[in-house]
Parts: sequence; C-alpha cells; structure tokens
Amino acid sequence: MSLQQVTLQVNGVAHEISVAPDALLLDALHDQLGFKDVRYGCGEGVCGTCTVLLDGEAVSSCLVYAVQVEFREITTLAGLLGEDESLHPLQETFLRLGGTQCGFCTPGVILTAYSLAQRTPRPTREEIRYELGGSLCRCTGYTKILDAVESYLEDRAFASEEARS
Amino acid sequence: MSDAALAAMPGGQIVVSEVPPPSIPGPGVAEPPSRSPETREPQGADTPASAVAPMRVVGQPVAHHDFIEKVKGSILYAADWELPGMLYGRVVRATVSSARIVSIYTEKARALRGVAAVLTGEDVPSNQLVEQSAGGFGELLVAMPILARDRVRYAGEPIALVAAETQQIADDAAELVQVEYEELPGVFDPGAALLPGAPLVHDDGNVLTSWHIQRGDAQAALAAADVVIEGEYRTQHAEHASLEPEAGVGWIENDVVTLRVSTQIIEHATQIAEILKLPVNKVRVIAAYMGGSFGGKEGMTVEPYLALLVWKTRRPVRMIWSRQESILASTKGHPFIMRYRTGATNDGRIVAQDIDLIGDAGAYPYKSARVMFYAAALSCGPYFTPNVSVRSRAVFTNNVPTSAFRGFGARQVTLGYESQMDRLAETLAMDKADVRRRNFLHKGDVIPTGETLETAVAVGETLERALARLEEPSAPSGPSKRVGRGFACNMQPYGRTVWFPDSASAWLSIQADGTLLIRSGVADVGGGQAASLCQIASEILGVSLERISVYIGDTALTPPAGGTFATRVLYMSGNAIMQAALKLRGLVAPVAAEALGCPVAEVVFEDGRVKAAGKSASGGAPEEGISLGELVRLCEARSVDPTTLYVFHPDAKRRGFDTETGQGASFPDYSYGTHAAEVEVDLETGEVEVLKYATCHDVGRAINPLRVEGQMQGGAMQGLGYALMEEINLDEGKIASSLLADYLIPTSDDMPDVMADIVESGEGKGPMNARGIGEAVIGNAAPTIANAVADAIGFRPTQLPITPERVLALLDAADGISASGSVSSVPGASW
Repeated sequence: MSLQQVTLQVNGVAHEISVAPDALLLDALHDQLGFKDVRYGCGEGVCGTCTVLLDGEAVSSCLVYAVQVEFREITTLAGLLGEDESLHPLQETFLRLGGTQCGFCTPGVILTAYSLAQRTPRPTREEIRYELGGSLCRCTGYTKILDAVESYLEDRAFASEEARS
Repeated sequence: MSDAALAAMPGGQIVVSEVPPPSIPGPGVAEPPSRSPETREPQGADTPASAVAPMRVVGQPVAHHDFIEKVKGSILYAADWELPGMLYGRVVRATVSSARIVSIYTEKARALRGVAAVLTGEDVPSNQLVEQSAGGFGELLVAMPILARDRVRYAGEPIALVAAETQQIADDAAELVQVEYEELPGVFDPGAALLPGAPLVHDDGNVLTSWHIQRGDAQAALAAADVVIEGEYRTQHAEHASLEPEAGVGWIENDVVTLRVSTQIIEHATQIAEILKLPVNKVRVIAAYMGGSFGGKEGMTVEPYLALLVWKTRRPVRMIWSRQESILASTKGHPFIMRYRTGATNDGRIVAQDIDLIGDAGAYPYKSARVMFYAAALSCGPYFTPNVSVRSRAVFTNNVPTSAFRGFGARQVTLGYESQMDRLAETLAMDKADVRRRNFLHKGDVIPTGETLETAVAVGETLERALARLEEPSAPSGPSKRVGRGFACNMQPYGRTVWFPDSASAWLSIQADGTLLIRSGVADVGGGQAASLCQIASEILGVSLERISVYIGDTALTPPAGGTFATRVLYMSGNAIMQAALKLRGLVAPVAAEALGCPVAEVVFEDGRVKAAGKSASGGAPEEGISLGELVRLCEARSVDPTTLYVFHPDAKRRGFDTETGQGASFPDYSYGTHAAEVEVDLETGEVEVLKYATCHDVGRAINPLRVEGQMQGGAMQGLGYALMEEINLDEGKIASSLLADYLIPTSDDMPDVMADIVESGEGKGPMNARGIGEAVIGNAAPTIANAVADAIGFRPTQLPITPERVLALLDAADGISASGSVSSVPGASW
C-alpha cells in the first residue's frame, strides 16, 4: 500500500510523516511520533487509553485514521503541561487526591475530564461519572478519580467567583 | 433465641465497640457475642483500634515519583520501548480445543516479504516448562510445551511464532501458518473430567492435585449439630483485564538476552534460560512499571516467545498481545464448584464444616495447585471452626488455563462461607452480624490447619465500621423495586506459603550530595510497590521523598526481591528496606556522633541532616547538625561505606505440612475485612443496582493511606464487576467473544462511590506493623452483593456473576413454587 504524506498538528507542533492510508492515528502517534502517553488498550474504542483531544473533543485514536485528521488540532496529555513541564491544575488534583494507580488509563481519563471542563462550567458528580464512562480504570474503583475531577472544578469555580467579585 | 436467653449464656465475653449496632438486617440491638469455654479460651482484645503512633512520613498521604510521571503521562510501560531495527512478533495459536497436530506448514508465511523468522516447537531448544510442585497430595508434574508440536489441549495454545518488519506483516504471516488438526474428544467441565472414562487432558490423569484438611471429626460433629446448612456455589472464568495488555521488548546486549516486559516476576529469567538452554546469567529480565496485572502477569506471558524470536533473529523484537488475543489466550481466574455443609448449634456457634472444592485448572497446571490450596486453607473464613473436613481439587479440562487472580482461591470461597453464614442466621432467625460476631476468630485461636493466629484479628471492628457506613436505609425507587442489604467478612493471607523458602533484598546508598538511592528487584504492578519502599526509607533516614531515587525490577542490577505476588511485597521488601535503612543508620551514626560531639544514641536523622538530639545537654554541635552530604565525606575519610544490602528472611516455620491431614504450617499471617452494600433489584428486569458500598479492612498500619484507600476502593470495584458483570463464556473450550466490548468491567457510571474505612490494629508482620492488603480487598464483594440480593428478593443467587438473567431465573423459579402452593418461607431456600 502506498504511503501518504500527512501533517499532524500535535500539542501545537506540526509533524510531517508518511503513513499508510489505513494507519491508525494511535499508531502514528505512539509508534511514529513517540507520543507514549497515547496507549493501546483494546483497539475497539472501548477502553479509552488511546484518548486524544481532536479540536478539543475527546476521541479514541484507535478509531481514527491518521489521514483523516490532517491539520486538526490534536492534544495528548503532554499537551496540558505548562512551561517547564509544570502540571496543569487538573493534573495537580489527580496527584494530590490519588486519582491514579497504575497510570495506564490516566491520560485518557484526564483528557476526557479536561474536555468536559472546557464545555461545562460546573458539571455535577453524576455528569462527571457519565462523561468518564468511556474511560475504563481497573485500579482505582473511580472514586478518587471523581474526587479529583470534582475538586478541580470546585477550585476553578471558586477562583472565577473570586475574580468576578 | 431471645436476647434474654443469650444474655443468660455462660462464658460470655463482651466486646465493646464505639460504633453503633448495625441497622441490618432486621430489628434488634447488637447482642454480645458469646463464646464457649469448652471449645477455646476467651482471648484478649483483638482490636486496639487505630493503635498506631504517628510517624513523620509513614502514614502520610503523599504523592511519589511514580504518581508524578503518571499524571504527566511520561512513564514508559513495556510497550513504549523502541530500538533501532526492531522487529514485531506474533504468536500463532490453536483454533481447536483438543486435537492431534498432523502437520504445521510454515512455507507460505516464511515467503512473505518482510518476515524475518517463523518458529515452531522444533526450533525451541528446550520445548517444555514444568511448573514447580506446590507440594500437594498426589500432585502431577506436567510438562507444558512452549510451542505445541503434536497435541493441542486448548483453543489459543501457542503453536508457532512470527517476527516481521512491521506488525501488519507479522499478523499477515501468522494467518499464513497452516496447521492441520485431527480433532480429539475434549472435556470442558471439571465435574465431567472427574468421571471414569472422561477424555484425558494429560496421560497421567485429570486431577492435578487434591488438598485435604482434616481437623477434629467433622462428620460426627455434623451428625450431632443442631442445624446443618447445605449449599452449592459456583464462580466463573474471570479475566484480569488490566488496561495494559501483555507486552514487552527484547534485544541482545553484551551477548545477554534482555527482555523489558510487563511482568510481576523478573525471576522468570531462570525459566527463560532453561528454554533457551542458556546459562541463567545470559538472560536479563527488566520489569517496566506495569499498567496493572492482578495476577495475570504472574506466569510468563510474552517472555518465552520474545526471547526465542530475539535469540533466533539476533534483532530487537517487540511483542504486544492484542486485547482480543489477551482475552482469548491469557490465563483466567478459576471457576469453582463449592459444596458446603455447615453444622452449628442452636445458638449459632459453628461446630463443623465439610467442604468440597473443585477448580477448573484448564489445560495446564500454572498456579492451579497453589490456588486450590489457598481455597482449602481459607474455606472456613474468619470463623472458629473446631471440626473441619476439606477436599480441594484442581482438575484439568480442555478449557483455557487458569492461574493466579487477585485473591488466589481465597477470593472464590468467600462466596461459599459468607452465603452459608447468612443462611445459618436465617435458619436460626438470628441477626446476621451476631452470628458472625459469635464465631469470629481471635488472636491465639487455632485455625483449620492447626496453626495459632499470632496477630490481632480485627475483623469485628471492620464489621461494625462497614455496617455503620451504610447509614439509613434507602426507600425503593419504584413499585417493582426491592432494596436489600448485605455484608461479608473475609480473611486473606499475605506472604508466600511458608513451605517455600522466601527472602527479599534491598540495597541502599547515601550519595555524595546526601540523596538516597534504593535498589530493589521488586516489580511495580501499579500499587505503589516502589513508592512504599521510598516512604519507609524516608521515615528512617530522614531524607525527603524528592531526594530518593528507586531502581526496581532488573535481574542484572537490582538485588532479588522475589516477585510481586501473594501480597508479599510490603511484607517482604518492606521489611528488607526497613532493616536496610536501620542498618545503614547504624553504620554512619558513629561517624555522625563523632562529628557532632554527642553519644551515638543521640544522633537523629531528619530533614536530610544528622543532628544531636541531646544538644543542649552536651552543648557541642550546632543545632542544625551536618548535612548527609557532609556525613558521606566524613565517612569516606574514615573508610566507612555509606551503602548497605539487607536480605530479609521471615521467621521460618519449619514444622512442615502434612498433605494427608492438611495440618502444619501454611501462611505467615492474614488480613481481615468486611464489605457492606445496599442494592436495589428491579423485579421486572432482574437488574441489580448498587446504591451504597463500604469497604473496611485492617491494614495493621497504613504506610500511605491514600494508596491504601485506593487499593480498597479498586479491589471492591473489581470485586463488584466479578459479582455482577464479568464472565468469560466458553463453548466447548472456545471463548465465545474475545472483544473487550463483550467482557463488561465496571465503568465510572455503573457503580456508586466506594466508601473506604481503614482500621489500623497496629499489629501486622510487615514493616512498622503493616499488613499486606493488595488481595484481601476483593473477596468480600461477591458475597456482599449475593447477600444483599437475597435480602432484597428473598431468594439467593448462588452463581456468579449475578446477571439480570440469573436474577429473573431465581424469581421465575420462585413464581413456580408459589403457583404450586409450596413456597418456602425461608429466604435462600430456592436452591
């Protein structure tokens, strides 16, 4: 199968690579470009460990061909880090509240929560629970993940209220 | 039995609890437990609740190096390693369950462009793996081929290997390997496998081993018992479903076959060397931080195949099992058939257990013999049982092999003994918590193997706390809904079976700048195995966590730790690092004392410095003391090496184990706990919704409460999946679906929050009196849910998972009984 040149815009940087037309975005990111925070877990779009943000929306990169997403903004978990690899406040709450164990699902979980937080100012715990339904975790039992996301959203809401007053 | 009658019983010992009496089930005040002086001596208090002195680092909910890497996404798992010229591997697996292999044709696969190697059994230097005997009665030693050559015993058995330039080519080539089979009769049910004339999975017979525990006279005690409860319970094939599939990368470096894999046990290097017929020091195994394992990476997964492909091609090779391959062919948790006969007195005291356990081992031994020993030894639960007769058999079938799975046999039997306890209470019209309180083991009691419990048994405290967490009962949400509550207690060993000699080493060094380096051969499955070592070393040496680096899991460079299984790491390696840190402190303290001008006993290690505790008295050293970096320089000047290795050997119980009677030494110690749940059952759909869930375990001392809670919550959730959703369905040995989409594990939206409550009895055999907790936290979930469903609908589920279909079947059967006018008034009588 002939290869195609594509430009993938990942975490604000353009990468030009050659891929087969049926190459998955997951494999292009993990194997070709070295984004190891995008992980193979099932290849069925069920587990969520290969989640990336596509123009801000959480998608399973195992269900997308690399050639489909040329020039769209792709964000991996590393893309949330600030200057000098400083943690995003959402990552900080996961760290502080133990929202990770083995860590394999963590990029997908945090990106999905981040996407929700971008869309919705103050989702309820039940809405968070529903939103994270596509990010499987086998270690934490989810309680501390939900605690972390909820705590981040509370802190953010508090900060924006402070700013207004 | 009335409260008055209970109060009048002789020999009563009252256990006072600060927790209010449970609200479930039914009315009544918690009755004081009574004990019979005829059967045992009343013991001292078991539950010095949270009786641990605070420490400065241990006991703090701190985040570690691994958490930081994980929330950044920068940690590198086994599949994340890449090397120049790397090939991609693939296993070719049998498509039939039982067959003779007529021929294996590999030419087409070899001819495919980009294929570097196609290997079959003929290419394997030593094509067999013999599982070390567990020491069971009549245990068979069965050789498992690395690649099957003449006989297939389960669908999914490896037959050939491919390595190619891309994964796609490897996958295509695997399709081109042609295997001709002559199918043979198979046996797919362990009960059928025990029948005379059943097809033999292995020539020597279908029973891998049979364990027996005989204590007292169970038959006589059952004959004399006031009440005998009989029950049969079944569990399913369960998938570990770690989010990270089996994976690794191998290469040759300095003529050493090197594998960086997702494994719980780097010591498999020995078996890999045997397979390749290499000296053991020519094989190196590195354990990457793992994306979960739960027992699924305790046996070798990709290792022998990677090693063979690397050895034959002399090139780096990566192998990742697809999720579907993992579901198809990885080892599973054991389906059990459990038959219980429980005898008790009218006042609810257990007098005997007669138990028969059958575990489906699948086609090869793996850890089945050991799993069935755990099941036998733990089959009576945390209850004093004077007369015991247990038989526990691992039986070969042509199903996918079963092996270690979190809980390791002790998980399955909780459904048996905790269902029996509820039924005993129902039969005697007693409070279900009271029946348990009356029978709980206590420190100093003798358990069915004849051993005496040496540490606190705080199961009673966990029971009171778990029940209290449920608070007020919920009302049903609709007319077709029924709300019920259930709970279950358990005990689970930590540390290896004591007849296997065990040890763990840890190496510590203070570096020139005062930072600390730890080397330990542990594998980190994701449960904080490496982090807890740092926290313990930090406590003792006064070095902050940011200034500690830990190197783990490398047979070439880290001192052996013995593997991450049997909830042994905190117990073994935790003790090793604690002793190493104390030893290191002892080595350098005299140098510090000299510099500080104080007695050695007054040297304290804190904030990365050494200081004189009695400074004002001695008046010598400055208050800030000296830094550890300065201390290292002083040590060098005096030829004192600020480095140490410690090898921890637990107190060996050397009195042996009699496999005919099951009497002797079994486990170092146990962890105890209780889970409690409230569920709502929809009578129209059979769906069970978990409304509330609480988990409470005695952990001795929590090294890191954040991680301990995480273990408890995660274990409960995995147990809830096992209770309600998860099942690998097999049809004549073939897995019905290998899609993760069809193997339902709980999502965040399926279950409620898990309320975790840590009990710290201050007694455990781990470092600083900690107990191992990784496996203890799962077993309670299934009986908790079964008991809650039985409470809700009046009929008892006895088979896992408790799916809507099974609940409806229970209700339908009940309707049938109702219609014929002979409905039983005793809940749980449906089976």
